[in-house]
Amino acid sequence: MQALTNRARPVERKPMTFVERLYLWNIFKGMLITLKHFFKRKATISYPEQTRPFSPVFRGLHVLNRDEQGRERCTACGLCAVACPAEAITMEAAERKPGEENLYREEKYAAKYEINMLRCIFCGLCEEACPKDAIYLSETFAPANYQRKGLIYGKPDLLIPNPQEQPEEYKQALGNRANKQHQAN
Amino acid sequence: MYSTLLAFDWLFLIEKLVLIVGIVSISLVIAMYETWAERKVAAFMQDRRGPNRAGPMGLLQPLADGLKLFMKEEIIPNTSNRMLFILGPCLAMLAAMMTSAVIPWGGKIDFFGREVNLQIADINIGILYIFAVVSMGVFGIMIGGWASNNKFSLMAALRGASQAISYELPMGLSLIALLMLTGSLKMSAIVGQQLDGTWNVVYQPLGFLIFLICAFAECNRTPFDLPEAENELNFGYHQEYSSMKLGFYLFAEYINMFISSAVMATLYFGGYDIPGVNDAHLTETVGVNLMALFQALTLFAKIGFFIFLFMWVRWTIPRFRYDQLMNLGWKKLVPLALANMIITAAVVLWLKK
Ligand code: SF4
Ligand code: SF4
Repeated sequence: MQALTNRARPVERKPMTFVERLYLWNIFKGMLITLKHFFKRKATISYPEQTRPFSPVFRGLHVLNRDEQGRERCTACGLCAVACPAEAITMEAAERKPGEENLYREEKYAAKYEINMLRCIFCGLCEEACPKDAIYLSETFAPANYQRKGLIYGKPDLLIPNPQEQPEEYKQALGNRANKQHQAN
Repeated sequence: MYSTLLAFDWLFLIEKLVLIVGIVSISLVIAMYETWAERKVAAFMQDRRGPNRAGPMGLLQPLADGLKLFMKEEIIPNTSNRMLFILGPCLAMLAAMMTSAVIPWGGKIDFFGREVNLQIADINIGILYIFAVVSMGVFGIMIGGWASNNKFSLMAALRGASQAISYELPMGLSLIALLMLTGSLKMSAIVGQQLDGTWNVVYQPLGFLIFLICAFAECNRTPFDLPEAENELNFGYHQEYSSMKLGFYLFAEYINMFISSAVMATLYFGGYDIPGVNDAHLTETVGVNLMALFQALTLFAKIGFFIFLFMWVRWTIPRFRYDQLMNLGWKKLVPLALANMIITAAVVLWLKK
């Protein structure tokens, strides 16, 4: 059979040498290995005091984005739901009434927008599919929950804080990753 | 009658009582911190940090662990034999503590003109006493397994007891070779010889190795830690135990580890002998008491090394399978120990001639 990588090594079936059969020598070698690790740098991070930086491509919990004036960007086109391989997204569209222009950017908006976090595989395809820059995978984890229904996130869970009223929180929720993409756009 | 009572050396009694209390509490504290050290060593060998939240460097961790064990629900199974169920861990603990009686922890100290030996009982069958008490540990195992009234515990107890008994044999045999050299069963005499001459490990490297392996097995330490094989061997004899009674069993193991380290240091590594130092000479310069302190510290340093060795091996070697364990004990160690004994005997005879 052709080797898949150049790292494949055939199994050694040589009979053991006398030293190997003594076993103690090998134990000694193993003990040297563990002793070496005794003095190695520790891989642990003391969690609450130190946190590990997220990788620039980390995909965490979703946020539904707003524009600079605090209007929801989502137009309920359903592209994200179609793109989602896990079929985690469901939504209901509604028409914007006169006087709601400060709430929604387009004439159509998502009255209901749900992501089932139990199904989501955090692939980020929804983010890629969205033509309106409306959905982002941010840099937070989805917290655990005791019930299934607690893991079906509705709009209140997903919507980003208003950039006009809570600029700090907005920035934080958007995270570095979205910022980068904003600049690229 | 009264006169004999009065003639009894009361100071002797007090002296021994103080010694006993001291040594017992030292062993307990050391066993406590062994649990901490075990976790630290394990962590360091796996590139982790180990307990570091309770107190500086996690030094209060043993207290937290102890508190946790005390707070846990104490379950005595309905069908168990209540009395034996409680007796089991007590026996294990007792046997573990009793061995410390014959170990010389240091030289003499001078207490207001009174010469005090840092050894609870300097009996002239010291080693035999240790063996007698160590084999009592098997009762702790067997009673624990039997009283649980659970066939898995019983099987595990049989397993543990047969392991302890199998490894006691080569241990004894390797010791006989040592005794041929020293010619005495008295612990203080064995240390005394090493104080002047060379350490016994130089004459008995193979014997020491066998003794070491058997000590690992007697303490139920890896690679012989079958009682800890929770998922593949259904735990050990303490399967039904919970809370502090389980704690006692585990604690007894840590005390055993400490004591067997002390025994190994005493028998093979010169006991409280400070390497490279003429003891009599140093005693003259620093005085008796300070000397005794140095000696005790040396002994504890040696013990500390052996305890570290126990842990080091634990985090290196995988556990033996049961048949491998028996094979090693009966087919390898017993013949080796016998050969060691015979060779030693021949050499001793030949040198005498
Ligand atoms: S990240 Fe992937 S799986 Fe999750 S909702 Fe978006 S498209 Fe669906
Ligand atoms: S989030 Fe984007 S892709 Fe999904 S419905 Fe809204 S606008 Fe369309």
